[in-house]
Order: sequence, then C-alpha cells, then structure tokens
Amino acid sequence: MAKRVGIEVSLAIAEAVKLANADVVAAYPITPQTHIVEHLAELVANGELDAEYIPVESEHSAMSACLGASAVGARTFTSTAGQGLELMHEVLYVASSMRLPVVMAVANRALSAPLSVWGDHSDVMAVRDTGWIQIFVENGQEAVDNVLCAFRIGEDLRVLLPVMIHLDGFYLSHVVEPVLFPEQSQVDRFLPLFKHPMPLHPDRPVTMGAFAPPFIYSEAKKAQEVNLEAAKEVILECWGEFGNLFGRYYSPVEHYHSDDAKVLLLTLGSFSETAMTAVDKMRGEGGEVGLARLRLWRPFPFAEIRQAVRNAEVLIVLDRAISFGGPGGPVCSEVRSALYGEDKKPKVIGFVGGLGGRDITPAGFEEIINKGIEISQKGSDKEFEIYGVRE
Amino acid sequence: MEKYAVYVPKLVTRRENFAPGHRACIGCGEALAVRLACKALGQSVIIANATGCMEIVSSPLPYTSWRVPWIHTLFENTAAVASGIEAGLKMLMKKGRIAQKEIKVVAMAGDGGTSDIGLQALSGAMERGHDFLYLCFDNEAYMNTGVQRSSSTPYGASTTTSPAGKVSIGQVTWKKDMPAIAAAHDIPYVATACSSYPFDLMAKVAKGAAIQGPAYVQILSPCPTGWRFATDLTIRIGRLAVETGMFPLYEVENGAYKLTFDSPKLRPVADYMKLQGRFRHLSPDIVEEIQTKVIEKYERLRAKAVR
Amino acid sequence: MTKPEGELTWKDLEIGSIVTEPGNASQYQTGDWRSERPIFDSGRCIKCGICYIFCPEGCIEQNAEGYFDANLFYCKGCGICARECWTRAITIVPEEQ
Repeated sequence: MAKRVGIEVSLAIAEAVKLANADVVAAYPITPQTHIVEHLAELVANGELDAEYIPVESEHSAMSACLGASAVGARTFTSTAGQGLELMHEVLYVASSMRLPVVMAVANRALSAPLSVWGDHSDVMAVRDTGWIQIFVENGQEAVDNVLCAFRIGEDLRVLLPVMIHLDGFYLSHVVEPVLFPEQSQVDRFLPLFKHPMPLHPDRPVTMGAFAPPFIYSEAKKAQEVNLEAAKEVILECWGEFGNLFGRYYSPVEHYHSDDAKVLLLTLGSFSETAMTAVDKMRGEGGEVGLARLRLWRPFPFAEIRQAVRNAEVLIVLDRAISFGGPGGPVCSEVRSALYGEDKKPKVIGFVGGLGGRDITPAGFEEIINKGIEISQKGSDKEFEIYGVRE
Repeated sequence: MEKYAVYVPKLVTRRENFAPGHRACIGCGEALAVRLACKALGQSVIIANATGCMEIVSSPLPYTSWRVPWIHTLFENTAAVASGIEAGLKMLMKKGRIAQKEIKVVAMAGDGGTSDIGLQALSGAMERGHDFLYLCFDNEAYMNTGVQRSSSTPYGASTTTSPAGKVSIGQVTWKKDMPAIAAAHDIPYVATACSSYPFDLMAKVAKGAAIQGPAYVQILSPCPTGWRFATDLTIRIGRLAVETGMFPLYEVENGAYKLTFDSPKLRPVADYMKLQGRFRHLSPDIVEEIQTKVIEKYERLRAKAVR
Repeated sequence: MTKPEGELTWKDLEIGSIVTEPGNASQYQTGDWRSERPIFDSGRCIKCGICYIFCPEGCIEQNAEGYFDANLFYCKGCGICARECWTRAITIVPEEQ
C-alpha cells in the first residue's frame, strides 16, 4: 500500500532517488538544494540507498563525475541551483551531446549579482540551449513522480539524454507537502535497469568524445536535435504509463479552465498553484480567465502550446527571469515565436515578476491579469512589464 | 634504476593500444610517453583524457587511435570524470550488473590540464582517495593551442604568452612543483618519469596502476615543436633534463622520497638549454641564476630522499 | 573501412558521436608527412629493439629474421631511431632519394 506522508519536498526528492536505486550521486551543496544532497548522504550512510556518494569539490566536478559514471552505465543523479548550475554550464552541453543520461534536480535560484539565494528562473533560462530534457514541477508530488519518470525517460534507449527537473527554490524545496510515495515493487516494475548500449568497458573498447572538424560537426548537431525532438514521444509514452500505474497523469501543457478562457495566463512552476486561486476568484466574478501551465520546457511542446491558446484572445506570459536588453521574459519570447506562424493567435503580453524570491499573491496575479488585459487593449511603449518593482 | 640488459625492449608487449596513424608532431616526446604508458597499462583500463595534444592527435572524428576504452569531455575535469568512472564501476560490480573484474581507471592530461585549469579537480579526486592513476604528460606549456605558457613552463623559457623580448626574459616564474602538491595530499604513490627512460616510465606507470588509491605520475615529454629542437633529439633532450637536475626522477611512496637517478655531479644546465630554441635568448647571468636554483632544489630533494 | 569525409551523413554517426572501431586511425597514412626516411642496415643491426622502443609512432617492426625496420606507411621521418641506435645501423636520407 503506497504511503502518504507530509515531507519537505527536498527530502521527498531524495527519497525518490532512493526508490529509483541510483548508483552514483555526485553532488555539491548550494542553497536551496542542500537538503536534497544532505538527505541523500544520510540515506547512503544508513545503507538505505546503495550508491556511491561522491562529495565533489565543485558543481563543475559534480556534473563531470556524473558524466564518467553514466558513461560506464551507472544510474546517476545530482542536484544544484543558481550559481551551481551556471558553474557547470559547459559540462551540461557535453552531457547531452555525448548522450549520457544524468538526472538532475534544480532548485531554481536567482543569479548573482547581487547575490540572491531565493527562487526564480534565471538559472534555468540560462541553460535553455544545453540540449537537456527539462520538466517543471509545481508541487511535491509532481517532484517525486517526475524524478522517477526522469530516470525512465533519460535512460530509454530511444532517448539517452540527461533530464533536469525544475522546482522553485525555497517555495518548493523547503516546504512540507503531502506526498504519496509508490511502493518499491511498483517503482521496480516501472523503472527498468539502465543498460547503456555501448558503455566504457575493456571488453568492447569505444572512444567517447572524439573531436569534430568542420566537415562533421553540423552532422553531429543535427543528430542531436533529431534525437531531442524524438524524445517528446517517449516522454508522452512514459507519462501515460505512469498515469496508468499510479493514477497521476502529466502532460506538456497543463490546463486550468483554459478551454473557454478569452484571457489566458501562462505560468511555470509553483506560481501556477497561486495563480489558480486568482483565476478562481476572477471567474467567480464573471471574468473569462484561465490558466495554462507549461510543464515540458525542452523539447518545447509546440503543438500543445498552440492547442492550449487556440481560443484565447489575450495570452499573458509570466516569466520568472529576465533577458536583459531583450524582449523580456525567455518563456514569453519562445511562446510568441511558437505562435507567430499561426493564422489565429492571441495577443501575447509579457510580464516579468517574482525575481529573486519575490512572492506574488493571488491579488498580485489579479493585478497582472488586469494589467495584461489593459495593455492588450491600449498597447504599450515597452516590450514587457516588470511586475512588483517599487518605483 | 636497476641495470637492464640491452635486449629487454623485446620483452615489452608488442601490442600498440595507442595505434600509429595518430597526428602527433614529428618526433613527439609525448606521443612516445603515451605509447609507453599504454604498454605498461595493458587492456583492462578505462582512460579519461583531458583536452590537449594527445586527445586531439588521437581522436579526430571519425578516427581513433585508442584500442582501449577512452573518454574525453573537457579540459579541466579529467580527475572528476575519472572519479565518476571509478565510482560507477565500483557500484555496478557491487550490484552485480557487470562482472567483477580488475579495471584500472587512468586519467591522462597535459601540464595545463593538471597544474592550471585542472588543479581543482585533481586535488578533489586525490583528497577523496579514489582508486585511480593520474598521468600528467608534461611538455611544459599549452602546446596544443600553440605554445602558450603554463605554470609548468620553466623559468626563462620563451612561449607565446611569456615571450622573450626587449624587457622580458620569457617566463618569470619557476616551474610549479606538482609532484610536491600531489605528495601533500598524502596519496600512496607519486613519481616523476621521462619518455627518454622508457623502462623506468613503464615500471612507474605499472606501479602506480597497481596501487590501491590515488597515484600521480608526472612524465616529462620533450616537445620538438614547442621547445624548438631538431626532431631526432627528443630522447637526448629528455636525458639531459634528468642529468642536469632540471627534471629529477624520483618516487614518493607513502611519503618516503626515493631518487630514481642520482648523480654525484649534475651536468651543467647549459648543456640542456643550449639545444633548445626556447632558451636561446638567455644571457649568461640568467643561465647562472637557473643553474644555482636547480642545484639548490636538487639538494633539497636529495635531503628528503631515503638512502 | 571508414567512409571518406565528404560522404559521412548525420545518420552514419553513432549515438553521441562515439567511435566504435578501436584503433581505426591506423587507416591514416602519416607516412605522407615525412621529408626524410630511415634506412635500416641489417648488417649492423644487433636486434636490440631500442629503435622500436623509442619510436613515437610505434611503427618499427621486427621482420621474420628478427631485424628491425620501419613501416613506411606511418614513419614520419623524425630520425629518433637513427639517433638512438647503438650500432648506428640506421641512416636518415632525404625522401626524394
């Protein structure tokens, strides 16, 4: 019988890694993910998780050690946040282009300077192009479920790609939530053992990481792109199977009263749950408002986004990161671009808010939606709005 | 060094796990060092290699010179990747997912990838006590990118980023003592070797590989291209480096120093330096300065050594 | 045999551009590089193998009679073997000869 516990989300993620029977954890502590790696260390120390815990000396080495472990066929996990994610930046590209399925939980954190340990999406937006599969979760249950799915998706021989699970720093990592943990036997059925098709081993010597002169580099990148796009099918398949086994279904774009909404708000991560409260209130007052929640960030779910907004007249995208000197929020830019070629598309209004751990209350979301509607009617001289800054 | 009979080359395995057809420069001392190291390592290894000369010359897609499992990722993380490989193998064998087998993890990097950009990863791996052998192929500069200085470049050498000029003698710092840094981590085995002493090199690589725990071997690899000498002098230059005391051969076993080669009187450093274009600009008083320092360092090393 | 450069497509690449044929660089003729070549005199050769040990390419082989000779497919003409040979059994001559 699966047991339901109240547990801090960070600890829940560590428990999920234990259920997945990871082989190697190479991790470096950084706020706000420290509880994940601490609990993993504890599980290993108590013999509850049979894994090698490598307490590396930096995040760059953390991801590098994960590469090595994955290359010999070990199930590998790590976790980081903010500055740590940036420090391992170059290694991320290597993990995906060398097809090494590492699973990483990222407790999204703002980037220095000024130093901020609090949550926003600056770190994840900076790694958009790294070629990893990236999934956002909104609560503790989703975090546990998707960590398990991440191993299954990443290690699938049709995919063989590393996967990031994004959870909001502090707002998710440090809160206690009710989580239903599956039984070990259920997880064992869902998650087959990892078998890399050509791991490093003396019995069959391979060369990994040969360099590519110009005549072949483009071919290597095309192969990588084709593979990441094809991964979407496996992701959907995995989520479908997970749903059949455990009763919780996930999709690339989640809907909340979005089918009939004229005004749609798009959020990612834990903000979605707060936004739902605002949407409920506004609908109660007669507003034709809905919420679309982006779960699958990479590979970008073009079809699902276009489907989700097909009836909307206004789409307000709330980004939790800013691209300086650019069109504002990275998510807004991508969504706008995805909709550009559509004959019928909503007006896309971009907001940037919640930076550096700044909270947005349900009332705040109402403000954003109302302001978005206003801009859609009257226009604006700005490319995007930054919400919540004291003038 | 024990006295070897002149015919012993034929006892060495004929297998070339570093296959010919690689793109190393003509007369490359490092390619020779890697070739010899591979003879000492055998088949049951996994090599993690840093970006550098040997990685580039041995792995241009779609070719590889490697006949053993080999992985290259980045420049500064060799020791970290090796740590991951070691941990992965350990767990896979423990859990019965792969057969129990002695597989040695070997990290290979140049002097840049070891004493500069790779120092952190190496220090971390040594401190954590992973069971791996780290081979530093020391050609005393960033040779692959065109002879830029590294912290392993000797005092007075001219490189492209420490060029000899009207107001400069070239490199103004002394060669970083990486073996001492390795030894300071209290690892079971540290050694220096040179491709001009092939049997010593092979013996030390084999010894390092047999050790349980971290082992570090720094191998002087004379570079005709970067040091600027005729391609047939590679072996001779390496011998002179040792005979002049510029690159002493020694081992540190569990903290105890042991000189491999000790001479009551070292040859003058000028014998070594005059054959190389990178030192050609040095005035006699700089050479004298270098000579004094070399003797001083050698005496300090000798004092640490076990008789 | 590996396909020539201009013919390799993205589908020809293994996953992660892994090279699965160990040592296939041995198809590459580095012997094209040299401007000088070694001539081995078996009359002086004492079959010690020191040339074999010091060759950076690893291209010196022992023939059926036990004498050493360089494989000219790979030999880059560095001259190390000639320099190190105990009995001066190896001479370096220009490639044109």
